[in-house]
Amino acid sequence: MNDWPLLSLVTFLPLVGALAIFAFAHGPKEVADRNARSVALMTTTLTFLVSLLIWAAFDPRNPDFQLLEQRAWLAPGIAYAMGVDGISVLFVVLTSFLMPLCILASWEAIQTRVREYMIAFLLLETMMNGVFCALDAVLFYLFFEGGLIPMFLIIGIWGGQRRVYSSFKFFLYTLAGSVLLLLAFIYMYYQVGSTDIRELMRFARQTGFGLEAQNWLWLALFASFAVKMPMWPVHTWLPDAHVEAPTAGSVILAGVLLKMGGYGFIRFSMPMLPNASEFFVPLVFALSIIAVIYTSLVALMQEDMKKLIAYSSVAHMGFVTLGLFTFTTQGVEGAMIQMLSHGVVSAALFLCVGVIYDRMHSREIARYGGLVYRMPVYAFCFMVFTLASVGLPGTSGFVGELLVLVGTFKVNTWAALLASTGVVLCAAYMLWLYRRVMFGKLEKADLMHIVDMNRREIAVFAPLVAVTLWMGIYPKPLLEAMHSSVALLLEQHRAALKTAAAGAAGLAQLGQ
Amino acid sequence: MYVAIVFLPLFASMLAGFFGRLLGDRGAQLITCGAVSLAALLSLYAFYDVAILGHTQKVQLFEWIDSGSFEVAWALRIDQLTAVMLVVVCGVSALVHIYSIGYMAEDPHIPRFMSYLSLFTFAMLMLVTADNLVQLFFGWEGVGLASYLLIGFWYERPSANAAAIKAFLVNRIGDFGFALGIFGVFLVFDSVAFDQVFKSAPGMAGRSFEFLGWQVDIMTTLCLLLFVGAMGKSAQVPLHTWLPDAMEGPTPVSALIHAATMVTAGVFLVARFSPMFEYAPNALAVVAVVGAFTAFFAGTIGLAQNDIKRVIAYSTCSQLGYMFFAAGVHAYGAAIFHLFTHAFFKALLFLSAGAVIHAMHHEQDMRIMGGLRHHLKRTYVLFWIGSLALAGLPFFAGYFSKDIILEAAWAVHTGVGNFAFVLGLAAAVLTAFYSWRLIFMTFHGQPGARAPGRAAHPHGHDTHGHGSHGEAHAIHEAPPVMMIPLYILALGAIFAGLAFSDYFVGAGREAFWGEAIKVLPENDSIEAAHHAPLWVKLAPVAAGLIGILAAWYGYIRRPGLPGELAHTHAEAYRFLLNKWYFDEIYEFFLVRPAKWLGRLLWKGGDGRIIDGFGPDGIAASVLDLARRTSLLQTGFVYHYAFAMLIGVAILVTWYFATGHGG
Repeated sequence: MNDWPLLSLVTFLPLVGALAIFAFAHGPKEVADRNARSVALMTTTLTFLVSLLIWAAFDPRNPDFQLLEQRAWLAPGIAYAMGVDGISVLFVVLTSFLMPLCILASWEAIQTRVREYMIAFLLLETMMNGVFCALDAVLFYLFFEGGLIPMFLIIGIWGGQRRVYSSFKFFLYTLAGSVLLLLAFIYMYYQVGSTDIRELMRFARQTGFGLEAQNWLWLALFASFAVKMPMWPVHTWLPDAHVEAPTAGSVILAGVLLKMGGYGFIRFSMPMLPNASEFFVPLVFALSIIAVIYTSLVALMQEDMKKLIAYSSVAHMGFVTLGLFTFTTQGVEGAMIQMLSHGVVSAALFLCVGVIYDRMHSREIARYGGLVYRMPVYAFCFMVFTLASVGLPGTSGFVGELLVLVGTFKVNTWAALLASTGVVLCAAYMLWLYRRVMFGKLEKADLMHIVDMNRREIAVFAPLVAVTLWMGIYPKPLLEAMHSSVALLLEQHRAALKTAAAGAAGLAQLGQ
Repeated sequence: MYVAIVFLPLFASMLAGFFGRLLGDRGAQLITCGAVSLAALLSLYAFYDVAILGHTQKVQLFEWIDSGSFEVAWALRIDQLTAVMLVVVCGVSALVHIYSIGYMAEDPHIPRFMSYLSLFTFAMLMLVTADNLVQLFFGWEGVGLASYLLIGFWYERPSANAAAIKAFLVNRIGDFGFALGIFGVFLVFDSVAFDQVFKSAPGMAGRSFEFLGWQVDIMTTLCLLLFVGAMGKSAQVPLHTWLPDAMEGPTPVSALIHAATMVTAGVFLVARFSPMFEYAPNALAVVAVVGAFTAFFAGTIGLAQNDIKRVIAYSTCSQLGYMFFAAGVHAYGAAIFHLFTHAFFKALLFLSAGAVIHAMHHEQDMRIMGGLRHHLKRTYVLFWIGSLALAGLPFFAGYFSKDIILEAAWAVHTGVGNFAFVLGLAAAVLTAFYSWRLIFMTFHGQPGARAPGRAAHPHGHDTHGHGSHGEAHAIHEAPPVMMIPLYILALGAIFAGLAFSDYFVGAGREAFWGEAIKVLPENDSIEAAHHAPLWVKLAPVAAGLIGILAAWYGYIRRPGLPGELAHTHAEAYRFLLNKWYFDEIYEFFLVRPAKWLGRLLWKGGDGRIIDGFGPDGIAASVLDLARRTSLLQTGFVYHYAFAMLIGVAILVTWYFATGHGG
């Protein structure tokens, strides 16, 4: 089994599914739609099984890249290279886990252009898994940017009323970043002679990019990853994109696409540009803390459910960047857990909004109230994810935030103090949201006959609830998978700083 | 066995919660009551085994979080302190479960209620059996969740929802300090497990570290941070505002969570961390001052409240203050002793109040009650027992615990100790006064004699609607399923002090507590308390008697007096009635600015500045540019590719210009 190109399989299996739908799902609309849905569901489920195989085949004690694949590609030094380490493997599992749920969630909600919709989603999955498996910067870039195209289409075609504005905004933001990211990669290529991530890391470890070059490169990468995260102040595309995207689009956006920014930092910026990463720590801390407090306050005042959750995403992602740039074991591992947890929890929250949006076609908080009377199962699910978002111990959200803050406290007590206020604010806006939607008297006439979740919806939510609690009570398998890779990353970071310091000292001596 | 004690309630809660419809009301009641009662019986045995025989234990369950040196495991730590708490938690919880069968009989959501109650019991047990700070925090937040769910149990009431959220948020503010304390403990000790932390604590005494840019004493800072958490959970000033509002929950909840168990978690925390607090005298001084002030402050508010449950709630707040200042003068044993006796008599008072409310068809305003002693003879007697214990009259339970606390405060002979002693005595007068005011208003006089008339009640209650409930023939004693738990609690309220005084605070205390509570030999205030002069020992009883007499004078002898006083000292009365305006101050200085800022940042920050100068501004100019320079259609994918081309062009230009040839 180990000889199988599992990573290529997990990446391109959805593409095969997309092609199958393109080729075979024809005929009367009804039949074609049904076939498209079934093929998409089967493909994504199969992909998820493959991702589990990958996790099983993955050796957590080995800190290096595993399940390697290598083919010659564009040029010498730019190869088709795939591989995962303890940092990326979990994201592959997360992506593949969310996809079948997305397909299920779109089962009835999407009625127009079903074939195209399913093709777009499968394409998107290929791109996302590709991002996390790629071991070559150019390949990474291809997947990274390629993923935007299906997302544009999903928002632009199946989105809400202001979809054009939103996708335009999305586009403008990511544009600036993409250009700079490409620039940075090309510069690196000319310096190192290869875009293989392992080569780039080795170069960074042994020679290192010049200090000034590091700063510029870092900023170029930052421009791209910060928009993806999104970090304050380049976050304003997110609420609009979420509001207009169809439910499953929001799920993928929040669940996976936002993680690409964090993944980019941990894969490129931190190991390849150690000195610049250290240099910019104050900037990252400042932006993260502003994000946590600022967007939490903004979330407090939202009247649109999706917007509220979108703003809370920005706040939660603030914890991720904060944790990563502490360069402590707890901080980085906490940030990883926080990303995975947010991937599940925010995805689930958007699905929760989707459940009532499908029934009432409104996302306005004031439109609801007293739903708990009619929808007890839904109330339970929504409560679990609300609490996970708030970071209640025993849910996944707690583990990530706790570790991040523990790591932050070691480095900077002020940062830890300020970020902790986000935990209070988060409780405020999430509980208030829950209260306004679920509690109170059931007064609105058309809500009197709203029906609770059906079997399909329960099938979507049950795994999410289970994973949320599992990650909160026994996150050990996840932490174990990342331990050695994170340890290696931090060790190399320290070594690089030491080398640079020694080099600087040497220069100083020469100067004297 | 310990695993069974802790997890039986969880199991019952899940059964009742998920299969409530299948089990029916009766099934859910049987399962939860059975499980918790079984846990209570087991914990009685545990108390005997651990606290009396001294067999402390640890049960490792499985690993939880492990990241670098940050290692946390699920484990149960059963020492003497835990054993005491097990008895209190499981005992009161079992009685409240049974009582709820009667009290909630007409509620349409019985399985949900029973499920929440059991869930609370589980979380509280996790809290008291925790072996490390993070698991303690799990229980800590877990009881917060259960409290939130139960306060808001009647979710159709806006006031219940508001109270539930308020409770959760105020507790979160406390937890914010608690969490920082956990981070700090880990930073300093490189561990969050109690054993390691307590072992290394003496070595850290007097050392300092950098916190928020200042060099501060390690132990003082960490203890104060943890105490902030305790203040939130145990409703100490200024984080007390949620507790009175929490009375929106059903009365059994108030008895269990907001009187006997959860709110005492803060006291438990301080006692648990006595090995750290002992090396932080300044932090202890703060604990003592806050506790003493709260004891007095809450007592003053209790004087003017008219809602029967709110009076008892403020009394709880005040008694918690006693426990804290006991801990603050090194008398941790006395603090836990008071916690123990208080659980009996306060649960008794709350549940008896529940019986009154039940009889009055959910009327809680004491001004509408009156003369109930003719109809509720047994409840009346129970109220007397509970109040006598609360006021600390000999030889009821509260007498033993309150006396030793006040004596210990006196015996430390410090400024803080004297402060606590004086305020504690004053609070004892207030306690007795409002307790008998409650008895006299509820059980004596004529029904509805004090119904709010002219300006007495600023909220303008609808009295006509309530008046009709007070018809005498509808009032009857509660059913046996509610009364039997009351009798058991009454036994505790009478004898718990006498029976256990020697173990908790007497000659046997060192053998009893073992390693669980640490008091440095030079700080042994309980020992000193036993040598206090006679007047110190008698003063608390005298204070109680004065309070009772004053209440008798004001409400039986000259019933018009309180009204006159309220009239002549209107300012002071309003100040008390409005609870020293804490809620208003918070609303004005915290809630409104936060909302205002949120809106400003959203509309101004995000909308006008970031979007205005960012994407919208650029979009406008790009669109403009595109319209002028191009006739091509503006599909977004096209734009995207176009932009990438521009990027490549810039890159190539830059590359040649700088001459970085490969």
